[in-house]
Amino acid sequence: MEWLNAIIQGILLGGLYALFAVGLSLVFGTMRLVNLAHGDLTVLPAYIGLIIVGTGVHRFNPLYVIPIVMVIMFIFGYALQRGLLNFVVQKGEVQGVIVTFGLSIVIMNALQEAFTPNSQRLQVGSLNSASITISDQLAIGWLPIIIFILAVVVIAALQLYMGRTMMGRAFRAVSDDQEAARLMGVNTKHVWGVAMGVALLIATIGGVMYGIRTTFHPMLGADRLIFAFEAVIIGGMGSSWGTLLGGVILGVAQLLGSFAFGPAWSILCGHVVFVIILALRPQGFLAKTVTA
Amino acid sequence: MSLLELEGVNVFYEDFQALYDITISVEEGEVFACIGANGAGKSTMLKTVAGLLIPREGRVLFDGQPINTMPPYKRVELGISSVPEGRRVFPSLTVHENLLMGAYRKRKGPWTADAIYELFPLLQPLRRRQASGLSGGEQQALAIGRALMANPRLILMDEVSLGLAPVVIKRIYEAFPTLLENGCTILVVEQDVQHVLTVAGHVACFLEGRIALQGIPSELSNEQITAAYFGV
Repeated sequence: MEWLNAIIQGILLGGLYALFAVGLSLVFGTMRLVNLAHGDLTVLPAYIGLIIVGTGVHRFNPLYVIPIVMVIMFIFGYALQRGLLNFVVQKGEVQGVIVTFGLSIVIMNALQEAFTPNSQRLQVGSLNSASITISDQLAIGWLPIIIFILAVVVIAALQLYMGRTMMGRAFRAVSDDQEAARLMGVNTKHVWGVAMGVALLIATIGGVMYGIRTTFHPMLGADRLIFAFEAVIIGGMGSSWGTLLGGVILGVAQLLGSFAFGPAWSILCGHVVFVIILALRPQGFLAKTVTA
Repeated sequence: MSLLELEGVNVFYEDFQALYDITISVEEGEVFACIGANGAGKSTMLKTVAGLLIPREGRVLFDGQPINTMPPYKRVELGISSVPEGRRVFPSLTVHENLLMGAYRKRKGPWTADAIYELFPLLQPLRRRQASGLSGGEQQALAIGRALMANPRLILMDEVSLGLAPVVIKRIYEAFPTLLENGCTILVVEQDVQHVLTVAGHVACFLEGRIALQGIPSELSNEQITAAYFGV
């Protein structure tokens, strides 16, 4: 039964990884920018949530704070794109990597300076430990289930947004052919701003939910970035459901590894499975690539 | 007043000068043809009008208003729309979505998706298909339809006949009168002189970045055009 427990926890963890990864994939898809600061940009909203929740008498439930942080991160993402990243997007991939690497370091150190390197947590009272007991050895926490459902809802909503709205179509058109999109009247600078805003809005859900589920500290960004990359690559570029599948595979690999070899092996097992999949199926499982 | 005027336009790619002192004026409601060999600067001129390139010297006027440094999306709002060279339809979008992208700026006018399907009936059964699976002729019809969806006052067409079967080229040129009736002015660039001269009100022949000959097609002799085209 314990291995079944590991698999279920792994699947649920995959939902969290997908929430971290979808924004990374969206940004790469629309502007070919490898955003190395994406991991840190998922840590930042948890701290913004911490500020809003406050430590005094006026305690908000962190769950209610999520929409506020989403709006803040959307605006921050739009401003970041138009004020900084738009200047490097068209200059080639190396420039984008250098700038976002710098940004990653700035965010991490700013968070350390402002909040200390100590671990923090967003408390939601009894929900933190509430669980469904299926048998003696198998109990599933409500929080991981909620996070997984959120991931499914977010991805379904993103699919609808990409498929049914003018801005979503513009994302895909710009991804296909940036110059042709400009000739159709698309202001690419604005569209990229919105894309970054949406990416960080989704990252906020993952970042804050993680902060509710367990403790967080300013140095988490680098690991998250790698997990997000792995989820995107395993699932296949350009497919949101693929990203969820990739997150689930990574989560299951990590927790089964932990169950089989001990907790210290968890992360390594995830990486090994990733490398095997990369070798056998480099395009990922659900890749959607179309060329003219 | 002309709809589009270029006055002494010089355009550079970095240090390389691609256009020298180009002066043309396109009247409302006509077909203006730019012909010339590969690399003569015709497409560069269209990109300058569309806003992808900014002239280093000279003026570009649309409806009397200077638009030299205006970004492409604002030009689309004014009514300048493009059929780019190589068609450049969005491969991952469906035919219908491609048409909707043409209407991104939501300009009012006679062209709707239904009107496009009426103009090019071959697109009707393909509306849910991904544009990447279309034939060259279908993609070209789609690219023209997409540009019309912007309800343009001026439509820029770059090498619309390139690589297409003669019967398809004929069908595309047959659509021109419908476009003109609906208030479009057409600025067309072609290497293939034959078809375009039968529909054009004015022609400018490009040679190595300069206009070698300009006039009304019926008043120009074949010898003059050949000489300007090849520079002999």
